[in-house]
Amino acid sequence: MTFKERVETIKSGTLRALRMEVLQVNLGYRCNMSCKHCHVQAGPGREEIMDKGNIDAVITALSENGFKSIDITGGAPELNPLFRYLVKKAKDAGRHVAVRTNLTIFFEDGMEDLPEFYRENSVEVIVSLPYYLEDNVDRVRGKGTFQKSIKALQRLNEHGYGRASEEAVLHLVYNPQGAFLPPAQLSLEEEYRKELSAKFGISFNRLYVFANMPVGRFRDFLLRTGNMEKYMERLRSSFNPETIEGIMCRQIINVGWDGRLYDCDFNQMTGLGVTDGKPAHIKEFDFAGLSEREINVDEHCYACTAGQGST
Amino acid sequence: MGDYYRDEDLERFGEIGKYSPELFKKFMDWYSSALAAGLLTKREKVLIGIAVAHAIQCPYCIDAYTRSCIEEGMSLEHITEAVHVASAVRGGASLIHGIQAHNAADKMSL
Repeated sequence: MTFKERVETIKSGTLRALRMEVLQVNLGYRCNMSCKHCHVQAGPGREEIMDKGNIDAVITALSENGFKSIDITGGAPELNPLFRYLVKKAKDAGRHVAVRTNLTIFFEDGMEDLPEFYRENSVEVIVSLPYYLEDNVDRVRGKGTFQKSIKALQRLNEHGYGRASEEAVLHLVYNPQGAFLPPAQLSLEEEYRKELSAKFGISFNRLYVFANMPVGRFRDFLLRTGNMEKYMERLRSSFNPETIEGIMCRQIINVGWDGRLYDCDFNQMTGLGVTDGKPAHIKEFDFAGLSEREINVDEHCYACTAGQGST
Repeated sequence: MGDYYRDEDLERFGEIGKYSPELFKKFMDWYSSALAAGLLTKREKVLIGIAVAHAIQCPYCIDAYTRSCIEEGMSLEHITEAVHVASAVRGGASLIHGIQAHNAADKMSL
């Protein structure tokens, strides 16, 4: 059964946006890393990057509509030269700002002050840390990544991140290191907290547990290793209807580096743009027209509805 | 005998029920209940599973419980520690029978 048919068995009609609260922006596919599980296939060689015209259109859309927050992603979003400009404008507009960072970017030239910048602007920082052990992390993200990540987390802690302040929120993200489903979020969070605190004195707010999307570099891995069929079957057989109500795509609109609009970052990578509630470009943004749009779905969407869901 | 154990055979487990569906259903119900979280967590139960899988050296069980352990958030470090427990108990079971050898030797000795 296709994902679209599966959704229709539990919901009358198609999947539609519910409340557009988050403007998610992909600032470009350039990254200082080339992680094996990256759905963006980001890396140092990627040239796609959002220009000033589209960034200003993002700021206008954010300021003039009912968004509560902006969720900035990439690639490494910090590598866009206009990254700090966007963060400051978003704060000026009174919006909550969340940034998805890879942590190792803190050690690149000109990026050393990122923890200070984040703290000054009360940015919610969401970081990738696929596990709490070195071998597991380095195998997926490259040798030396774990140690750098630990140092970066310690620096964030020094700036008050990951403790009680609502102005310095630090969330970690776990991804499975292969073709298997993630564990329960709460039990793994407990493990992370225990291990990171005992070994490195690190604290954080929450751990998010995401399933790997069968798109981008992870899709290549599945195909290359003959795991695709089994992985998709595992996702399908773990479909949890209770995840549909709060699924991420119903609450966000995603903007690609070139200004095109998508229902989520994963649809962006598969080229599945918004087709209902056009226009589908940030420069012609129509909040009302998009707020109840039909969500475009495909087979990769099973990764967001497997088990506890990935949102 | 090189392909005696095949990956795809694990998924055919249900075929065992063909000639005795009631017994198979009872087994599956019992199996599910035994593995469900109780006083022990799911995580603890799958760790016991991986240890037993190695003690009885069942290839299907090793594959299945390795996946279960990983999907419960455990690493190869966790799994290897559990295998050491199984191996230590199994090794100890052999070693303690050295006493039987001593007893047997005593019986036939002056």
